[in-house]
Amino acid sequence: MNLSATPFLRAMFAVVWKDLAAEWRSRELVSAMLVFALLVIFIFNFSLELNPQMRAGLTSGVLWATFTFAGTLGLNRSMAVEKDRGCLDGLLLAPVDRTAIYFGKLLANLVFMLLVAAIVLPIYAILYNVNLFNAGFLLVILMGSWGYVAVGTLLASMAVQARTRDVLLPILLFPVAIPVLIAAVKASSGYLSAAPWADIVPWINILLVYDVVFTAAAFMVFDFVVEE
Amino acid sequence: MIEATHLIKRFGPKTVLRNLEFQVAQGEFVALLGPNGAGKTTFLRILSSLSRQTFGDVTIAGYSLPHQASAVRRKLGVVSHMPLLYGDLSAEENLVFYGRMYGVERLDQRVTEVLGLVGLAVRRRDLVRTFSRGMQQRLAIGRAVLHDPEVMLLDEPHTGLDQDACEMLDTVLRTVAARGRTLVMTSHDLARVQDLASRFDVLTRGRIQASIQKKDLPVDGLLTFYRQALANSTAAREAA
Repeated sequence: MNLSATPFLRAMFAVVWKDLAAEWRSRELVSAMLVFALLVIFIFNFSLELNPQMRAGLTSGVLWATFTFAGTLGLNRSMAVEKDRGCLDGLLLAPVDRTAIYFGKLLANLVFMLLVAAIVLPIYAILYNVNLFNAGFLLVILMGSWGYVAVGTLLASMAVQARTRDVLLPILLFPVAIPVLIAAVKASSGYLSAAPWADIVPWINILLVYDVVFTAAAFMVFDFVVEE
Repeated sequence: MIEATHLIKRFGPKTVLRNLEFQVAQGEFVALLGPNGAGKTTFLRILSSLSRQTFGDVTIAGYSLPHQASAVRRKLGVVSHMPLLYGDLSAEENLVFYGRMYGVERLDQRVTEVLGLVGLAVRRRDLVRTFSRGMQQRLAIGRAVLHDPEVMLLDEPHTGLDQDACEMLDTVLRTVAARGRTLVMTSHDLARVQDLASRFDVLTRGRIQASIQKKDLPVDGLLTFYRQALANSTAAREAA
């Protein structure tokens, strides 16, 4: 079966292709996220005056705070592009299941967030002499990013309708994203400190449940969120 | 082809459409006229499934809104005063993207045809953000006709266009109308729509106040009919 031939997947991949192609041309979103992420890391470093021992313990918290702030910037920008030229109406006029649009935006946002993580992690590892190349830690980055982007894409589609969208998204998103961020920080910390699997698995379970619940919730409510 | 009955739209305490009745037969080209704030854009957004009526029934090509919105959207081509195009994609890429969203068959061939129709074949690989307002609106028309819709809804499509671009747009609209498609267009440019449309409806205070076929227009033209309709509406409001 050619999956891309089904209307849902065809529309979803069309949205992903469109977002990646537009970003490849402008490089506005990823470059803004990346510069912001690097600045946040440096600010944390200088403001906390971390010594090597403390730094190892705080790495996961600093990294997730960085991904969260940079991710919010990207989510806002990703939906603002749709709204500013009326393109959101263009998407909503298409005769496809609107959740295909949601999943297309989610996947594109996930790619941008993982791309930023893929650049930030080696830089952080080199600058602060921390080994971040751990398969478990990278899995947590993937699961945490999915959960954050799943709920963030939904709330960004809601916030973009408001005049105060730039401030509204973090206000809506951060309280809802607290469980995924706590679980991601704890699980990341566990992997980086080589904690026993039994200490990590509850946080992995929370990440898994959060990802499934919020992806399913967004699937159910996206149509109502974008309707005028 | 299009039927709206007892249509009411409220935004909070404000009622924008009041028991609006509207019917359009297949192949008609209806110009929807009226002052700013009359409810024209709200009405077109309901017809295009972008907004939901508070009360009343809307059917397009036999499908009802909002319950069969996806089937309705397949029949519609929509042009608004916003181009609904991505500035960081080329003209061709924009059409390919929308073609995929609409499931257009033989997409490459269709994109080439449409770019030729709107006179942008030579600029097909240029980014849309480098286009003038007129060129963007021509491409917006191309986007709207890409899937060969049965019904076209146009919300003040001439806004911001220069004379050449307006004429180009008119040529495209005449081509679409000549193929038996149904068009509903809002406009403030009476002289232009008098040439294009086959019927003229005046929408004021949330309902259709007057309607006339082109062949029944008074000898002094659409402007007289339009002014009379507005005067009647004002008189009715004062009497109430």
